[in-house]
Amino acid sequence: MKVLIRGGRLIDPKNDLDGKFDILINDTTIEKVDKNIRETSDTIQVIDATGHIIAPGFIDIHAHLREPGYEYKETIKTGTMAAAKGGFTTIVCMANTSPVNDNKSVTEFIREKARSEGACRVLSCGAITRSLKGEELSEIGEMYEAGIVALSDDGKSVKDAGLLRKAMEYSKLFRLPVISHCEDESLAKGYVHEGLSSLINGLEATPSIAEEIIVERDIALAQYVEAFIHLTHISTAGSVEIIGRSKKKYKKVTCDTCPHYFTLTDEATLGFDTNTKVNPPLRSKKDLEAIREGLRNGVIDIIATDHAPHESTSKDVEFNIASSGISGFETALALSLKLVHDNVLTLKELIEKFTVNPAKLLNLPYGGIAAGKPADLIIFNIDIEWTVDRETFLSKGKNTPFHGWKLKGKNLLTMVDGKIVYRDTKAIKG
Amino acid sequence: MNWGKKDLLGISELSKEEILFILDSTESFKDISKRDIKKVPTLRGKTVITLFYEPSTRTRTSFEIAAKRLSADTINISADTSSYIKGETLKDTARNLESMNPDAIIIRHTMPGAPHMLARIIGSSVINGGDGAHEHPTQALLDLYTIREKKGQLDGLKIVIVGDIAHSRVARSNIFALRHFDTEIVCSGPPTMLPPHIETLGVKREYDLNKAVRNADVIMMLRIQKERGGTSFIPSTREYSTLFGLKKEHIEKAKQDVIIMHPGPMNRGIEISDEVADGPHSVILDQVENGVAVRMAVLYLLIGRES
Repeated sequence: MKVLIRGGRLIDPKNDLDGKFDILINDTTIEKVDKNIRETSDTIQVIDATGHIIAPGFIDIHAHLREPGYEYKETIKTGTMAAAKGGFTTIVCMANTSPVNDNKSVTEFIREKARSEGACRVLSCGAITRSLKGEELSEIGEMYEAGIVALSDDGKSVKDAGLLRKAMEYSKLFRLPVISHCEDESLAKGYVHEGLSSLINGLEATPSIAEEIIVERDIALAQYVEAFIHLTHISTAGSVEIIGRSKKKYKKVTCDTCPHYFTLTDEATLGFDTNTKVNPPLRSKKDLEAIREGLRNGVIDIIATDHAPHESTSKDVEFNIASSGISGFETALALSLKLVHDNVLTLKELIEKFTVNPAKLLNLPYGGIAAGKPADLIIFNIDIEWTVDRETFLSKGKNTPFHGWKLKGKNLLTMVDGKIVYRDTKAIKG
Repeated sequence: MNWGKKDLLGISELSKEEILFILDSTESFKDISKRDIKKVPTLRGKTVITLFYEPSTRTRTSFEIAAKRLSADTINISADTSSYIKGETLKDTARNLESMNPDAIIIRHTMPGAPHMLARIIGSSVINGGDGAHEHPTQALLDLYTIREKKGQLDGLKIVIVGDIAHSRVARSNIFALRHFDTEIVCSGPPTMLPPHIETLGVKREYDLNKAVRNADVIMMLRIQKERGGTSFIPSTREYSTLFGLKKEHIEKAKQDVIIMHPGPMNRGIEISDEVADGPHSVILDQVENGVAVRMAVLYLLIGRES
């Protein structure tokens, strides 16, 4: 079975393509990328992408799929359906499931479950320490054999610097990057950012330095042992400054941020809406502007979702005891396109942060559209306006602070390994 | 002026006119408590529930007396007798209470925003009786009423608030209320207890209590909140008492007619000495008395006027 996508504007930063190209897909792989492909056959499926953008499928290096253990929040099936709808063809799930992904049987379970039920490709991130307790190393080599692509104790920092050092050294054996969740526990006692809003609403608050101290520490450690370090969901101006400065003298540092950190500030928490509770917390206007500037000048390499779905009962409680997190797959693209509409990023730069950059970090063969490569691609429109309605989310997690927001830009079709896994039937016929 | 609000969740959502309207309404209710028969039929047939997730003597009693003097039926629910300890969520508790058609629910909770959540869920009036370190609106209203009663006005005064500002809902509500007026507000206390950025609320920071109290018209003492981990912000209560306990020598530095306030309950010998608490400048018991009148006014405005 062949598919021909014609008429669209292809933007593929990895292969330095930007222009009107047709794409011919044969079974699971790209057969040809060229101007005006004339392929005549009765069985070929033709997709008209006129007026739309074609890009390599997006890669999300930071998501929570909740399976095994928290299937009432999300499953691999619903999570990947939501991801596919959002334009992601490859997602990396964090280890904080139950049981924790700290051994090869959990890694294998996720892999097999994703293979049979997943709408898109799922790769997993193994825990740095057993049970995420920060006390002893997980069986990193065995998990590597089972397919993990990175290591992280996401949800907390590895408090013991000596142990983190060992993890960084040991993971070099497999070229696995360590992904750091940066948060000093002793300073991060709060539920919101320590700033003007916490002063007013009286919620216990966490200062920016809780993140920055660990950003500084983890980069210093990585540099000392010459390991790769990736700092995830960066949220403060100080972190951007530290990372920008460090990158000049040490090349193995990368970082990501999430759409909510360049869209919302701590002001959103003033009404005690628990959908605005996220970790790290929504920061100040100054931080938001620094994050946007970091994206613009390239200090921030990647945009990740930190998709963190929750069932309504864990959000329908007092702010202090509500779960942290935002269901992010289905709004990430449109929120990020705002950066393009606001002239912070070019469309090409935005696509880089969702495709080639994450692929490079994790040594993945995806993130580009070229003959012979897996046919992972998306078709999206940058101008279509739509209103976020959490009830239409494919994710089980309806926890979004963006419900009712009018956004511009929408994913219309997602193809993974040559298979169309999501299609906006109104916009894309065929 | 017409009162249009369903709830009283915080001072921060009130305008200056609304604050003054409540204070003016309070006047007429104060007399009722001084009569021989302390009861009027204003809220007859109305049901008022106090839902307290945190211990309280003064506020709960004050609200109950206020409601009873207006002839409302009152029901008191506290966390240790409620389904809360059996694991019922606030949302479910709210919905169950709502089914019994109360007219007003007064909630006190350890967590900021709990009253706001309640108000979103239910149709009856919600009054915030203190939510964590966030707000305690009726306390600020009774404080303003007391200041105005003693000083004749709110403008032109220097008001010093001393203690654990960071964890104090009383301080927050008072600052939100007082900054509507031409007042000089000075916060004093150990640096660990004065939150960062507090100047953005229009107040001054002065660590030295001796300097802070100079020429003060009002000194408002706050309680060291042992139950909120308040003691971990200071080396010891003894040292706190030495540096920030209000003593006679401080009174001498303030204006001659300075008034001393405290929201209670007092830690005598820690934040306030006996001679000051019981001295001629103390209006602490007037605050308690005015509390009943202010709460009567609030209940009347929220649920009493359509009948």
